[in-house]
Amino acid sequence: MANIGVPKRQTITPKGRLRWIVHLFPLPALIIYAMFVVYPIFSAFTYSLYEWNGIKQGVFVGLKNFLTLFSVEPFNTMFWNAFGHNVIYFLVEMIVQNGIAFTLAFFIYRKLRGSGFLKVAYFMPRLLSVIVVGFLWKLILNPNYGALNTLLTNLGLGSWAKPWLGDPDTALLAIILVNCWFGIGFAMLIFLAGLQSIPEELIEAARLDGAKGISMLVKIILPLCMPAITIMTIFTFIQAFEAFELVYAMQGSMGEPFRSTDTLAVYFYRLAFSSAGGGDVAIGLGSALAVVLFAIVASVSALSLYLMRKREVQH
Amino acid sequence: MDLKTSVSTRAIQYALAYLFVLVALYPIVLMVASSFKTNMEIFANPLSLPQSFSLDIYRKLWEVVPFGDFLLNSVIVSVTSVVLIAVFSAMAAFYVARFSYRWTGVLYFFFLVGLMIPIKLGIVPLFLLMKDLGLLNSLWSLILIYTASGIPISVFILTGFFRTLPVELEEAARIDGCNHFQVFWRVLLPLIRPALGTVVIINFISAWNDFFFPLIFIQEDALKTIPVGMMVLFGEYETDWSLLFAGLTLSALPMIVVFLLASRQFMEGLTAGAVK
Repeated sequence: MANIGVPKRQTITPKGRLRWIVHLFPLPALIIYAMFVVYPIFSAFTYSLYEWNGIKQGVFVGLKNFLTLFSVEPFNTMFWNAFGHNVIYFLVEMIVQNGIAFTLAFFIYRKLRGSGFLKVAYFMPRLLSVIVVGFLWKLILNPNYGALNTLLTNLGLGSWAKPWLGDPDTALLAIILVNCWFGIGFAMLIFLAGLQSIPEELIEAARLDGAKGISMLVKIILPLCMPAITIMTIFTFIQAFEAFELVYAMQGSMGEPFRSTDTLAVYFYRLAFSSAGGGDVAIGLGSALAVVLFAIVASVSALSLYLMRKREVQH
Repeated sequence: MDLKTSVSTRAIQYALAYLFVLVALYPIVLMVASSFKTNMEIFANPLSLPQSFSLDIYRKLWEVVPFGDFLLNSVIVSVTSVVLIAVFSAMAAFYVARFSYRWTGVLYFFFLVGLMIPIKLGIVPLFLLMKDLGLLNSLWSLILIYTASGIPISVFILTGFFRTLPVELEEAARIDGCNHFQVFWRVLLPLIRPALGTVVIINFISAWNDFFFPLIFIQEDALKTIPVGMMVLFGEYETDWSLLFAGLTLSALPMIVVFLLASRQFMEGLTAGAVK
């Protein structure tokens, strides 16, 4: 963790006839950022308080859109269905992606030969566009001509072959595992940076005190890696609750089959851009959902950052 | 670190580590290999190696979809937004890090709030804004949104880096008669090159690979970037797997080539952006 000691703040006092010019420096960034990031998010909040007819803003309705979202069929069922999938998304990624990533990082930390090559290889999937990842795996998981089922049959595991994406019992898990394949290399690098920032003297001291093997890992190394683990947990959470592209690429905007892969962001996309729930685009409802999603993501990431800062201070 | 590890533990570690190399790389190898196979070969055995090597399928790809346009659009959008992000963020970071007016703290905080904003949730207002500005179906819609959403993390990284630089260099340049812009361009930009590298890499990858914004903003085929261009291909040539694999390979190729040329910078840049 590049936690460079913060040097004493050095500042300049501009002098001379043209000193006002320095105030031009932040302007381009400020204008573009305010116009295309701050304003849209702020507007999404206000949109959620109005009635909408297509893309025409109607009258102010207070919290009616939120009430509809949580208490009117089919919107509430769809919300909780998608929310549940986001939670599963997060949990599976934490266990599979981050579990494997930490294990691999730990191996490399213990100085395996060829660690440079290993890092490059693990990282490679992360370079692909998520849409390419989705389409590629859709072909690999194809029930008739896909590589995975063929591979299973060749290994004598033909009975395991399945229409992975067509079966509501396996479709969500398949998508999440593809996401893990995509994300492991990045998670591995974060964990490795965390491991390598542990001072060697601490490990040495623990070893002299008799810690080894599993107890060394659980009692010494894991706690010292907490900043990296926290960061990765936040990333995983944000990513899980914003999951859209992979589902869209592999299962379309309806979260096929039978909404078994629907997520909140896909549901949001349906409300805002395609006619779901029988009607027109529902910008009011979509904006209400965006606000809810925003609140979930922002509060959890703010909370975990706060907890991490607190722990850092204690050390 | 030198921990005693038994030979058998070591063997298991090697086996698992290299097994996972297979998991990570095999799908990519399969993608490239399949693009050189005919549809007959793919459907007969998805795992076999191609029988012959020919670039015909790539020629066909170039003919059936405007892949050249997609590639050019991707390059224009990614390069322009990365340059704008780097220059504008460096200017803003310079101001925030070097001058202490009453509002610089607030300004910095205002930029940092952007780190927590999932901008995709503002897509409806953004869509209407782009519509009002007449930028739908224009590459500028993409350039502006990538620039805007890349600014917070970049200002954050660059401000941190500026604060580690001694102020004396700038003062010396000023005494030599440079004005603020000259100090910025001639003295500071060269000094912050490592941090700029990180900024460029992070933003280039996300702009190049993004699929969400062009999906919403761009309807005209000739203006699509590579990721949404792939949707055109998969929509129209669903059964021509050889062509589909070729499309995926060609989409992935530019980034993989750049990565192999500078893999260390890529990995360091991305994690630096994440953990700082």
